[in-house]
Amino acid sequence: MSDTFFSGAPHWRWLIILYFFVGGLAGGACFLAALLDWFGRPEDRPVVRTGYYVAAWGALISGLLLTIDLGRPLRFWHMLFQSANLPALMFKGWSPISFGAWAILLFGLFSVLSALGAMAEEGRLQTPAFHLLHRGALAKLVVAVAGLLGFFVAGYTGILLSVTNRPIWADSPWLGALFVASGASTGAAALMLLAPGRGATPRSLEWLSSFDSNALVVELLVLVVFLVSLGSVNRVWVSVWGLLLLVGVVGFGILVPLGLHLKPARFGSLATRPVVNAAKLVLLGGFLLRLATILASEGIDRYRVAVGM
Amino acid sequence: MPEAMGFFTDTTVCIGCKACEVACKEWNQLPAENGGIRELSGDSYDNTRRLDGIHWRHVRFIEQFSGPYNGRWLMMSDVCKHCVQAGCIEVCPTGAIIRTEFDTVVIQSDVCNGCRACISACPFGVIDINAVAGTAQKCTLCYDRLKVGLEPACAKACPTDSIQFGPITELRARAQKRKDQLRAQGVEAQLYGADPQGPLGGLNSFYLLVDEPEVYGLPRNPKLPSRNLKQSTSFSVASAAVLGVLALVGLRKRRMDEQPPSLS
Ligand code: SF4
Repeated sequence: MSDTFFSGAPHWRWLIILYFFVGGLAGGACFLAALLDWFGRPEDRPVVRTGYYVAAWGALISGLLLTIDLGRPLRFWHMLFQSANLPALMFKGWSPISFGAWAILLFGLFSVLSALGAMAEEGRLQTPAFHLLHRGALAKLVVAVAGLLGFFVAGYTGILLSVTNRPIWADSPWLGALFVASGASTGAAALMLLAPGRGATPRSLEWLSSFDSNALVVELLVLVVFLVSLGSVNRVWVSVWGLLLLVGVVGFGILVPLGLHLKPARFGSLATRPVVNAAKLVLLGGFLLRLATILASEGIDRYRVAVGM
Repeated sequence: MPEAMGFFTDTTVCIGCKACEVACKEWNQLPAENGGIRELSGDSYDNTRRLDGIHWRHVRFIEQFSGPYNGRWLMMSDVCKHCVQAGCIEVCPTGAIIRTEFDTVVIQSDVCNGCRACISACPFGVIDINAVAGTAQKCTLCYDRLKVGLEPACAKACPTDSIQFGPITELRARAQKRKDQLRAQGVEAQLYGADPQGPLGGLNSFYLLVDEPEVYGLPRNPKLPSRNLKQSTSFSVASAAVLGVLALVGLRKRRMDEQPPSLS
């Protein structure tokens, strides 16, 4: 039996599952937007701006979810400053929850700046200072930092789970990589759904769709490696969570959208709007991935308590 | 600086009276569960079942019976191990969990914000949320009593001296003697957590067991959560790099496709 089976579950449930999903999606969308900002074409701007809006809202919602989930929400700032030794900063480079708190804060800051730049570009903010956020070197720097922080936020949640002593999470070092890939695919899916409303061109959407296919393939490969690395711990998947992982995540969240991207004609009624349907399924799969990995481990605690361990 | 202090628990003399549990609850003013209306476990004489935010001591009953007259009871008063290398301290993002001058591990309730990272980091399942305080809580090895020269409430109340309190070096020597004595009598005794070269640099609350650690609900080889940090981070960075390259290759391909075919 893995030594991880003797630890206690942290009761990270719906708020945290939602945060992992929203944070991953926002981070992935921001990374793609920044990439298009740097290396794309003028026709990609609607996607770029949508990415920054998704990132900014996602970062704000993430911060909110994390704060409400605390046992003492008003003490959220204890993660950033040493409460008994103000104004000293609180930071542990070896604790993902500590550097993650800073990453979320900074991601929020830079993604909001990028979103303000996007609003200025659309003419919704007239103050000249805001125009510095979508034109020139400063803007490029801000979005680059936002994009990198975005990918960091998408992946650190998986590292956070690995840096515990819980079954599944601490039994494999691949969760971070898996969440990065899922962040990328869900980020692309969110952009495929939202960017058309902001005037995205078919060529931009085509690129998003082809990137999403690639991200789904990477996600599937990493998921397989993750499961292999779990070894004997895999027996925990003989449960409703295993079914969810197989059918919900692999089937509906990865394989069907991949098929819709590559061979839409084979998918009957889903093929009428393949990109939109694929995007919706990718989002569902990304959510179910977090749900299954978190609740499968949380559920083991019930067993532990029931047998008096 | 005072010496490192801790517990040596000799499980062979525990009689399961739970006096330690009661003394701990009383001294630390821990609330009753469910307003005092306790649900019985139904399959064990142990109704506490586990350590958590309001049970900082738990007398574990291991009922090894294959028939009504065939078997044995093992009893172990479980508590925070006050690990020399503590996973809970390692991950705590607020600095609420500290190591005291007695080399014990204490959660400062006024600093903790209830993020619950320590719960999943502890290899022994010791910590949990105290719903009244909204913060993570566990045994403090009676830090307030130690400060004024008193022994912890549980050790004081233990009627058989199964829980022994004292300087770690002294306790280790005593434990070794007891183990040798039992072995000479043919009992398969072993010490758990007494070796400073062992897992987590040794435990400042260690045990004498007469069966495998897993039987007592103890991990054979407890580890620090940070063991996964480097590998997990490098795999994540690699995954991000692959995705970044795929995105850039896609953009490049798009640009190439757009270029008019050359005339040659
Ligand atoms: S037993 Fe758990 S709670 Fe106690 S010091 Fe070790 S890691 Fe921390």
